[in-house]
Amino acid sequence: MKNIIILGVFTATMLLISLFFDKKKTLLGIKRGYKMFQNILVPFLNIIIIISIVLYLIPQETITRLLGQSSGFFGVMLAALIGSITLIPGFVSYPLAATLMNQGATVQVVATFMTTLMMVGVVTFPVEFKYFGKKATILRNVLNFIAAILIGYLVGRLY
Amino acid sequence: MKKLKINQSYYFILAYVLATAVSFAFGFQPGQVIFKSLQSYLLEMVSFIPFIFILIGLFDVWVPKEKIEKLVGEKSGIMGIFLVILLATLQAGPLYAAFPVAYILFKKGASTRNIFIYLGAFSSLKIPMLSFEIGYLGLKFTLIRSLISIPIFILVGFAMEYLLKNSSFEVKEPRKIKEGK
Repeated sequence: MKNIIILGVFTATMLLISLFFDKKKTLLGIKRGYKMFQNILVPFLNIIIIISIVLYLIPQETITRLLGQSSGFFGVMLAALIGSITLIPGFVSYPLAATLMNQGATVQVVATFMTTLMMVGVVTFPVEFKYFGKKATILRNVLNFIAAILIGYLVGRLY
Repeated sequence: MKKLKINQSYYFILAYVLATAVSFAFGFQPGQVIFKSLQSYLLEMVSFIPFIFILIGLFDVWVPKEKIEKLVGEKSGIMGIFLVILLATLQAGPLYAAFPVAYILFKKGASTRNIFIYLGAFSSLKIPMLSFEIGYLGLKFTLIRSLISIPIFILVGFAMEYLLKNSSFEVKEPRKIKEGK
């Protein structure tokens, strides 16, 4: 995909520049990056496995069915909850959101769903715990959950 | 006979691999379907995670803490907020890709609120994702959602800083779980 190519080219460029200025430092940098990667590899893999399982249990069809016609308080809460639990990659979540809109879900519901989808992640808790600790993780997700509902409401109002 | 010692942290992965192998051997549909979607996530992760960590590593050795601290640290004010948001918009990837970057920001002295503002911006304002969003949901929706989200997650950043004030907040570098029983 285009983005990856851009990222790859950018990284290669940075590497070359860095190599040009200081070979030793560059190698140290790569080593450091690799070590950080090693430390987080297993939790990342665990998350991906869990995401795949969750997505199987709550597939797109189910989400469309549940949220398709929804509006009002119940719809918003449902959207927020589903968005919090799942972690869907961008190129899947946008078509899904578009489908929801077409099926009659309100702008508020879709905005809430998208925001919680992106900003709240129950599935990513294990990894997030490792980086930020339990307290900050819970706080962040709770605040984002509330923020998502607020954002959904405002977007619905102003659309 | 030597006992096979497996690091505890691999248990889940091993269990999954086993379950998947069994699924394919016995034609268990769900197991196969899950594996297929796993493949695409794995591909996604593998395609950009190495780049991110190389960049973070280079960033770590080249950019001095003082510089970053001045730009996005405690006293950076509006400029700091603007810079972390800018950084977030230029990135790509799912949320968990932002964690390592948050770590390096913290290590280099970014303020707590800027770290969380970065996370908030990362979730909602990545430019690659915005182009998707405009394509599927329209410019109007994307614009309204983005503009409303910005002040709100800035607020969340401040709130996080306030709420974590007394807890000596830090972003930890995840350590491998010790080999063990």
